Amino acid sequence: MATEIHAVRRETAAPATGRPATPDLLAFAALLLVLIAAPYVLYPVFVMKVLCFALFACAFNLLIGFAGLLSFGHAAFFGGAAYITAHTVKVWGLPPELGILLGTAFSATLGLAFGALAIRRQGIYFAMITLALSQMVFFMALQLKFTGGEDGIQAVPRGHLFGVIDLSNSLSMYYFVLAVFLFGFVVIWRTVHSPFGQVLKAIRENEPRAISLGYRTDHYKLMAFVLSATLAGLAGGTKAIVFQLATLTDVQWQMSGAVVLMTLLGGIGTLFGPVVGAALVVTLENYLAASNLPVPVVIGVIFVACVLLFRRGIVGEIAARFGGKRS
Amino acid sequence: MSTIFGIPPQALFGQLLLGLINGSFYALLSLGLAVIFGMLNVINFAHGALYMLGAFVAWLLLTMAGIGYWWALLLAPLVVGAFGVLLEKTLLSRLYKLDHLYGLLLTFGLALIVEGVFRHFYGVSGQPYPIPDLLRGGQNLGFMFLPNYRGWVVVASLVVCLATWYAIERTKLGAYLRAATENPVLVQAFGINVPLMITATYGFGVALAGLAGVLAAPIYQVSPLMGSNLIIVVFAVVVIGGMGSILGAVLTGYGLGLLEGLTKVFYPEASNIVVFVIMAVVLLIKPAGLFGRER
Repeated sequence: MATEIHAVRRETAAPATGRPATPDLLAFAALLLVLIAAPYVLYPVFVMKVLCFALFACAFNLLIGFAGLLSFGHAAFFGGAAYITAHTVKVWGLPPELGILLGTAFSATLGLAFGALAIRRQGIYFAMITLALSQMVFFMALQLKFTGGEDGIQAVPRGHLFGVIDLSNSLSMYYFVLAVFLFGFVVIWRTVHSPFGQVLKAIRENEPRAISLGYRTDHYKLMAFVLSATLAGLAGGTKAIVFQLATLTDVQWQMSGAVVLMTLLGGIGTLFGPVVGAALVVTLENYLAASNLPVPVVIGVIFVACVLLFRRGIVGEIAARFGGKRS
Repeated sequence: MSTIFGIPPQALFGQLLLGLINGSFYALLSLGLAVIFGMLNVINFAHGALYMLGAFVAWLLLTMAGIGYWWALLLAPLVVGAFGVLLEKTLLSRLYKLDHLYGLLLTFGLALIVEGVFRHFYGVSGQPYPIPDLLRGGQNLGFMFLPNYRGWVVVASLVVCLATWYAIERTKLGAYLRAATENPVLVQAFGINVPLMITATYGFGVALAGLAGVLAAPIYQVSPLMGSNLIIVVFAVVVIGGMGSILGAVLTGYGLGLLEGLTKVFYPEASNIVVFVIMAVVLLIKPAGLFGRER
């Protein structure tokens, strides 16, 4: 029954060797150069937004692309961390790096709890459970005192990184965000190519067989879920510092949908797909915000087009076209 | 009898009635979801948007054409059902051979489109829809005041749920449907047009959502966002009940509505999340859901 999504992934996923393939390394070098130069060409805050969402999408992709689990509730981790970071930095007066760390830790804990519940069911139920649990976080964010209800937490100070580097300077802020993004990206890259990542792929392809080989698949799935939630939290916490803001938008189900779209558009199960997808969606939202077109409709149309016409996503299509050499 | 557990009975019964109303909508929507899921193996994310569409069709019929509630109760589900048939024929049917998650993603995109279009034209504020003359006023039951319209909603949804249950579990057509759910290839080999049944099932499930929308129009205001928040709760209801049985979906719907109403009386802050908490507990104790089968 679940054949094609796997066939697609098998074609597009990175080769199953311990060492990253050369095209991946070249692409990574190119991406790095572009990102280092970007703030001199583009508006830094815009690129920072792209980076935060790219990390968020990469974290989400770790789960769907490499473990085959579709979470529809990742906004809870992204937004939850944003609230915790914003609160600890603004009210407790913590330095930004500690605030982000606490936000990330919160998401990791939340991920452990949600993951333990959600992996008890599979497929569509998994998606519905994660969605419902994240809606619970949304209502809490709406009602609890410290989250500021409809207003969210505003005017979060950016502060000084390690007490030295002034983050109100947008270039220093940018390179800090870039470092965070690269850290997350490399963690995911290493995870995917590690023995742990291989077991995840085995579970994705054929869970009963992985079980019969003696793997405790629930442990692997839970670990992947927690890792994904943690990195999503890292992205959310960083976002709260960049925009000095944590609001209900970050925890809403539309945010979970947006990250699904970014990953789908860029290419599920590819390393660079989520980055491309995030860049496209954020750019699109920026342009649409200025125009008269209703954003959700356009996003919905892209969603439908992706699902019907190119399920491999942009990077997936490219890899499939030039992919002969890769394997 | 001035108070029950320290709560004035009017407040208690009032909230219970409200819970029963909410439960009626949960039941109607989760029933539609379960019927569609059984046949198509697709979780219809657009269900909430189509519920909203039903309410809007009723409202548009009234404001544009002067067609009243009773005709809307018939016409709106037909319009929504026809729209559903169109969606199934042109879009959903292309995905049956793929992973079921693509069906979820497609219907999610459709929900965004439908909701976005209405939000573009009508904003986020609600449009009032009058209660039909026949159902104005209410009954004094001695212990509480029952508005006629609310009583009607509960009765109507109960009748629709029972009729659907009867049609699926006790009629010949329903037997075909259940057989096709179990083994579509075999049923097709017996000469039954399974693709047509799939289309009809989707149309019917969606029409139920449209009907729920019309019933809801006079109670909640008609607004583009009325479906999206409801549908997530209904998903939780479906997880709690399990999608194995029609009656299970209906019972869980009413039960959770009542429980939500009770929570509003005793601990109002938690009323929004009580369904999700129950879902978590059910997952811990009986992962397949209360009425579900492990597969």
